[in-house]
Amino acid sequence: MPFDRDYVLTIRGLTKTFSGVKALDNVELTVRQGEVHALMGENGAGKSTLMKILIGLLTADSGEILLDGHELKNGDVNEAMKRGIAMIHQEIMAVPELTVAQNIFLGRETTGSLFGWLNDNHLNQQAKQLLDQMGISIRPDTRMKYLSVAEMQMVEIAKAISNDARVIIMDEPTSALSDKEVATLFGIIRDLKQKGVAIIYISHKMDEIFTIADTITVLRDGQYIGTRPAADLDIDRLIAMMVGRELGSLFPESSIRKGNEVLSVRRISRTGAFSDVSFSVHEGEVLGIAGLMGAGRTEVARAIFGLDRISSGEIRIKGQPVVIRSPQDAIQYGIGYVSEDRKGWGFVPRLSVKQNITLASLPNHTKGGLLQEKSETDVATKMIADLRIKTASPDQHVLYLSGGNQQKVVIGKVLLASPDVIILDEPTRGIDIGAKAEIYKLINQLKASGIAIIMISSELPEILGLSDRILVLTKGKQAAMLSKEEATQETIMAYAMQY
Amino acid sequence: MKNTIDPYLKPVRESYRTRVSRLGKAGIFVAFIVVCVALSLITPRFLTVPNLMIIVTQVSINALLAFGVTFVIITGGIDLSLGSMVAVTGVVAALFARSETYPVVVPILAGLLSGLLFGAFNGFVITRSKVPPFIVTLGTMTIGRGLALILSKGRPISNLSDSFNFIGGGQLLGVPMPIIILVVLFAVCSVILRKTVLGRYMYAVGGNEQAAKASGIQINNVKMAVYTMSGLLAALAGIVLTSRITTGQPNAGAGFELDAIAAAIIGGTSTSGGTGTMAGTLIGALLIGVISNGLDLLNVSSYYQQVVMGVIIIGAVVLDSVNQK
Repeated sequence: MPFDRDYVLTIRGLTKTFSGVKALDNVELTVRQGEVHALMGENGAGKSTLMKILIGLLTADSGEILLDGHELKNGDVNEAMKRGIAMIHQEIMAVPELTVAQNIFLGRETTGSLFGWLNDNHLNQQAKQLLDQMGISIRPDTRMKYLSVAEMQMVEIAKAISNDARVIIMDEPTSALSDKEVATLFGIIRDLKQKGVAIIYISHKMDEIFTIADTITVLRDGQYIGTRPAADLDIDRLIAMMVGRELGSLFPESSIRKGNEVLSVRRISRTGAFSDVSFSVHEGEVLGIAGLMGAGRTEVARAIFGLDRISSGEIRIKGQPVVIRSPQDAIQYGIGYVSEDRKGWGFVPRLSVKQNITLASLPNHTKGGLLQEKSETDVATKMIADLRIKTASPDQHVLYLSGGNQQKVVIGKVLLASPDVIILDEPTRGIDIGAKAEIYKLINQLKASGIAIIMISSELPEILGLSDRILVLTKGKQAAMLSKEEATQETIMAYAMQY
Repeated sequence: MKNTIDPYLKPVRESYRTRVSRLGKAGIFVAFIVVCVALSLITPRFLTVPNLMIIVTQVSINALLAFGVTFVIITGGIDLSLGSMVAVTGVVAALFARSETYPVVVPILAGLLSGLLFGAFNGFVITRSKVPPFIVTLGTMTIGRGLALILSKGRPISNLSDSFNFIGGGQLLGVPMPIIILVVLFAVCSVILRKTVLGRYMYAVGGNEQAAKASGIQINNVKMAVYTMSGLLAALAGIVLTSRITTGQPNAGAGFELDAIAAAIIGGTSTSGGTGTMAGTLIGALLIGVISNGLDLLNVSSYYQQVVMGVIIIGAVVLDSVNQK
């Protein structure tokens, strides 16, 4: 490939091996000035490894990186930073107790005075100029901890700009942002483009990619698959590039064989979280719960599962009123809960796949007070096969599995406690598209086996594709109960934004 | 469908990290053997049956405490009151062991009961309040020392019965009693940790308390259990110590908690919770014992011994933090 002035960044033949496993194999990437270049691939495709090499956190085995036509020294964080490469991390790395200005200039404090004393006024002025240029109204003397995630991200970007960044890497920058904040971020990205800054943009959200990206490069299993102008691709073609096969329909038709009522709640409320919510769910039925962030969906789920108390209302299991004070009670009554926060409430990272799967039903595997290893292994092996969990062995620590497989382990654990009703809270959050398809298939299988399912999701296609009925919550209140026929993206959004 | 290879079914290889961390866990065993071999080459007095008996006997009290604190640390807690519990339970046992007033089971049961109550009190305060275990047991450490002084009126309790003194000083078939107690308790604690629901719950609570809660585990019961067991094991240590020195000493056991925590940590128990084994802790305690015995035999002053021990503790934690990454 001849050297082209337009290309601010050229990566060629990059290979990285971790103890014999090729994480990157002869990967290339060329990024033009002033373009938004989306880097796509499933989890484990090698995106983060590539970016870590680019910012100097890892050293490549072979291959070269050219920045403005000059070779970038491999594995040197300071060099990469000096030469203008910056990364906005998924988890914001800032010092919460320092101010915005102090964070922006951290490590590069310039002093306004003769003797080199630190001068916060001077720092604040500089920061204010910078933020004004970006059109952001954040006070430079605010402590970082008082900012929203979106604001922190803006500050990180300001920091990168103040560093004269030529290439800014954004890793899932919108994962914690509201729609309005996303719009602001995209505005800033467009400004940066005007200034000739190149953005490498990593995201799982397809609609975003097609909104903001000019060019798309796809990696799969550490291999370079191709680079295309975004305009030449659509979602289906992009997914095909990413997974290397057609997924078929994400949402297969499922039969509805609605059975008896399993769970019903009547006018349940929890002060400050939700009020007067009523619904029921039957055997073999999927009840979708839709709503915006903060609508009280997770709070309802937590209350039913006994993680929080309800302040009024009634919960019935198979027609009988019950009082649920703790997750133990909920499990006894046949309720299973898969949390939206997989890492926080789902699995124990340093226990094995097997030990996590049996965790909620452990007393079933004892004899004379002692654990029966074989019985545990048998059950876990079967669950691993049934749910198609990709793991080296049942004894692998869950920590080392991919997000989709971790989610399946949590679902497996809940299933082993043989629930009659399962609450799935954002079951596909943060997992890649191939694994999503697997989870959808699984939900339909559970449904076919007669389990009642309550599924909370922020992804409307998911809600519409899987639910038999849809409950829409708004600001802690019940806005609508829609049948499959009534529900469209528009009707759901209209109810969700009501009040 | 059959001829397409599904990428989700490809088995993943055991990760590099898993292998490194396994090496780290084996590291302490290797270190222990290296130290033993080295010492037996340097000084012929090391590898003799009487010397080894002395080492294990001396190690036994620390090891009993370390077993208890291993349970606690695995759940993500800490117990600083071990040394004071040794004193309280030792004094209580001694009060019932003076001359031949009661059969020997009475002082033993009294000592164990006091340890059980003390440990349960730790567990109760920790589970009912939001106060961190470090602070609670720091408080009960001082309370315990005070109780030991009150119960003994500040004086050593001597003239204990021969049958009581047999526990720490006697031998069975040529093996000192403390060694027998150590071996039995090691077996019991290993089984509890590896083979019971409670043991698994300890790892779950320490590894991710929220996930454990969402799995229907009664977190507070698990915590009550570990602090109570820690108290029971401290009581056993207190009884063995009192019997060995044939005196109930209100000032006994000061600082013992730190040696016990050190043994657990050297043995690979992570202070962040969720990992650890009894075998590791036993080796940790033995390593401390072997090194101090070896340094004694080599006539290294006890001042230097403390420096060496500190270096070993930090080294073990460095090893642990490498594993955590």
